[in-house]
Amino acid sequence: MAADFNWAVGGEAGDGIDSTGKIFAQALSRAGRHVFTSKDFASRIRGGYTAYKVRTSVDKVQSVVDRLDVLIALTPRTIEENLDELHEGSVIIYDGERTTMQDVEIPEEMIGLDVPLKSLAEEAGGAIMRNVVALGAACEVAEFPIENLDSALEKRFKDKGQKLVDNNKEAARAGQSYVAEEYDHEFDYDLETTDEDYVLLNGDEAIGMGAIAAGCRFYAGYPITPATDVMTYLTGRIERYGGHVVQAEDELSAINMALGAARGGARAMTATSGPGIDLMTETFGLIATSETPLVICNVMRSGPSTGMPTKQEQGDLNGMLYGGHGEVPRFVLAPTTIDECFWKTVEAFNLAEKYQLPVYLTADLSMAVTEQTFSPETFDMDEVEIERGKVVDETTIDDHMSDSGGFQPHEITDDGISPRAFPGTADGAHMSTGLEHDEQGRRTEDTEMRVEQVDKRNRKVETAREREDWSPREFGDADADTLVITWGSNEGALAEAVEFLDEEGIDVRVLSVPYVFPRPDLSDDVAAAETTVVVECNERGQFADLVEHDVLERVDRINKYNGVRFKADELADDIKATLAEGVEA
Amino acid sequence: MSSDIRFTDFKSDKQPTWCPGCGDFGTMNGMMKGLAETGNDPDNTFVVAGIGCSGKIGTYMHSYALHGVHGRALPVGTGVKMARPDIEVMVAGGDGDGYSIGAGHFVHAVRRNVDMTYVVMDNRIYGLTKGQASPTSREDFETSTSPDGPKQPPVNPHALALASGATFIAQSFSSDALRHQEIIQEAIEHDGFGFVNVYSPCVTFNDVDTYDYFRDSLVDLKEEDHDPTDREDAKDVILDNEKEHQGVIYRDESSVPYHEQHGVDEDMSVLPDGAPESATDLVREFY
Ligand SMILES: Cc1ncc(C[n+]2csc(CCOP(=O)(O)OP(=O)(O)O)c2C)c(N)n1
Ligand code: SF4
Repeated sequence: MAADFNWAVGGEAGDGIDSTGKIFAQALSRAGRHVFTSKDFASRIRGGYTAYKVRTSVDKVQSVVDRLDVLIALTPRTIEENLDELHEGSVIIYDGERTTMQDVEIPEEMIGLDVPLKSLAEEAGGAIMRNVVALGAACEVAEFPIENLDSALEKRFKDKGQKLVDNNKEAARAGQSYVAEEYDHEFDYDLETTDEDYVLLNGDEAIGMGAIAAGCRFYAGYPITPATDVMTYLTGRIERYGGHVVQAEDELSAINMALGAARGGARAMTATSGPGIDLMTETFGLIATSETPLVICNVMRSGPSTGMPTKQEQGDLNGMLYGGHGEVPRFVLAPTTIDECFWKTVEAFNLAEKYQLPVYLTADLSMAVTEQTFSPETFDMDEVEIERGKVVDETTIDDHMSDSGGFQPHEITDDGISPRAFPGTADGAHMSTGLEHDEQGRRTEDTEMRVEQVDKRNRKVETAREREDWSPREFGDADADTLVITWGSNEGALAEAVEFLDEEGIDVRVLSVPYVFPRPDLSDDVAAAETTVVVECNERGQFADLVEHDVLERVDRINKYNGVRFKADELADDIKATLAEGVEA
Repeated sequence: MSSDIRFTDFKSDKQPTWCPGCGDFGTMNGMMKGLAETGNDPDNTFVVAGIGCSGKIGTYMHSYALHGVHGRALPVGTGVKMARPDIEVMVAGGDGDGYSIGAGHFVHAVRRNVDMTYVVMDNRIYGLTKGQASPTSREDFETSTSPDGPKQPPVNPHALALASGATFIAQSFSSDALRHQEIIQEAIEHDGFGFVNVYSPCVTFNDVDTYDYFRDSLVDLKEEDHDPTDREDAKDVILDNEKEHQGVIYRDESSVPYHEQHGVDEDMSVLPDGAPESATDLVREFY
């Protein structure tokens, strides 16, 4: 009995791959199993190979592996694309009656189950349900109780009527009994259920949920893969909490609308991906100079330019750290797991308002589109705290007036943070501008004031370094000689890689860093290690450069930039290889 | 609203650095008077300005204000109004700011019909960058970057607005102080996007579209047999290339502003201490 089970459905875009996969993932999570999903997709809506992969276990799963136990192949290409991951005894479910599948050859060491998906679906009420027939067949193979599939089908179709739900249940059973009756293979799987109740969500959804929990009221965005799901999630939901979503005419407008809402005193956010960030950069400078709290979410994809829009990369770090003309302080937060997408979003809003500056919240494609199961307590709303920083009202504003009586939104303070007044606050009227300004916000080119304002803005960073906890997450063996550092969505794969390595007697210590700027001081950690390896999805090693800069020492690097996320087993091999090279040298 | 608000309350203590005689002085005065007359005060007003000589207006006025980046004032105003329907929002900028770099936003702000007033200080030239052709410059207007004229017809902002579904379109002249103020007031009072193109002469770089030129050529729609509620009539005025008009060109009396249409009527600056109570439901949706 395999500890974890890996399953996929693949075909052409337009074949309903996504919803088929999602139904299966839902069925598993409703049956109390942990699930981790991933998607292979191309940047087109019809045509082009696409697949939805599900890894499941009763234990927590947090990455993908190079292994497929059951594959539903709607096209021959699905088999070709996954040959590397299929193994001896892997089951391939296909419809031999489908024209494109008639001449398909199933590799000898694998088990091909030819199931007339379309005909069975038609008998149950419509050809469109052929994927559900396949799901029923998969349940039989995996010995997964079909009632759980029923419950997922109900969730999915109940709004469309009981008849449709019943037809789908029947279609699933048709697939199940076809396999039971026509084939007498003994399968090794037994997908047990548990009493747990899990929620299944992806990174974009976790960010959207975090935003609502944090009191975000205004969102403006322009669709772009893979950030669109944030907007989709908020649309129709944020209204329940007194908020509003605008699909702007472009990213220039989106960030400026968000800026306007933030100046109005709302917690505001925009989300985009690389090309959109480029467009927003001019206004980013304005936001920082006018000291406006704003959360800008960058869900990275493969660049530069339009690059590979549906592929993984973590290549925008330098852009977020240094993008824009002139020098302005900004924070860069990079959640390392899907649940952290929720919590770091909440934190991003608090940091933005406490320090009155723009906060980049960055996820990457892999994290944004993959789903993972969590216990609902992971997102305990009672734990959410909202800190708005130095907001003044009618009673406190008098302490922040200039000698001539004007409110000072850019007051020079020891901690670098000035008072903030929302419109409508009596005597608070003031100007915000991208021009250099004095304490009242009025334009100035006075050399001393220029220096004082630049220093004041930068002082916030020092204050934040002292007041906030920027610690990395740590796991593995605390005393190991090998230190692995990572950021972004690689944490899950690394956590499992550490277990693989452990089984082989190789100890590593991992630091997963969710704060890129300000970032934790890693110099002691690096000094204590014999070898330090930085793992990231880009070619240059942008985070590795930062670590080297901080510790004045060379570090090893593992970089992946082919558009595909790290897999746990592959990463374990990469780490072994890096260590072996080090020994030889 | 306090009736003791005077227009000088909207003046900041910064002395304008506009060239003596610049049309923007008159434009600004009308805006300040219009705001005061319609019962607003600096603490409940938000002025968003673009970049250009015109954009400096935010500095010379006293209110909550943002002086943004070139061409993006309208999206900022949109964001302010959506977050704060309780606040009076006024957006101002130049013809370059509004119809060139910001033209895309203009069309979309018009069709959103957000309840704010948009004042374009149209001097048919780029003032701040010292005299290049603007999108409203005449086809044969010679400048340093267009020695033979821009060789393209000027944009017709009113036509653009009407085609985009505008609910209020007006034209005024900064030196006709009373009329200008009257028109601005109508725009403020309009429920929806109140668009006013103001002829605001640049005395330094434009020797064609001068005070004299406008004074001599302007036809007041009030004196004509013009019905601003009639879209066909408005179209005729807008497409009449022979005459320069002032007055309210079009007003849709059934206009419903964005925030009323879409229920965006909360003061979004008010937040609870922790997550909203019912946010717990959000987690359950993922079962
Ligand atoms: C992105 C960007 N491009 C160019 C400029 C330079 N610039 C400043 S004002 C301006 C034109 C202003 O013309 P207009 O909007 O007609 O205003 P006026 O100065 O005539 O009032 C330009 C091109 C800028 N500030 N930002
Ligand atoms: S350059 Fe023209 S627009 Fe600018 S201040 Fe002078 S007169 Fe006014």
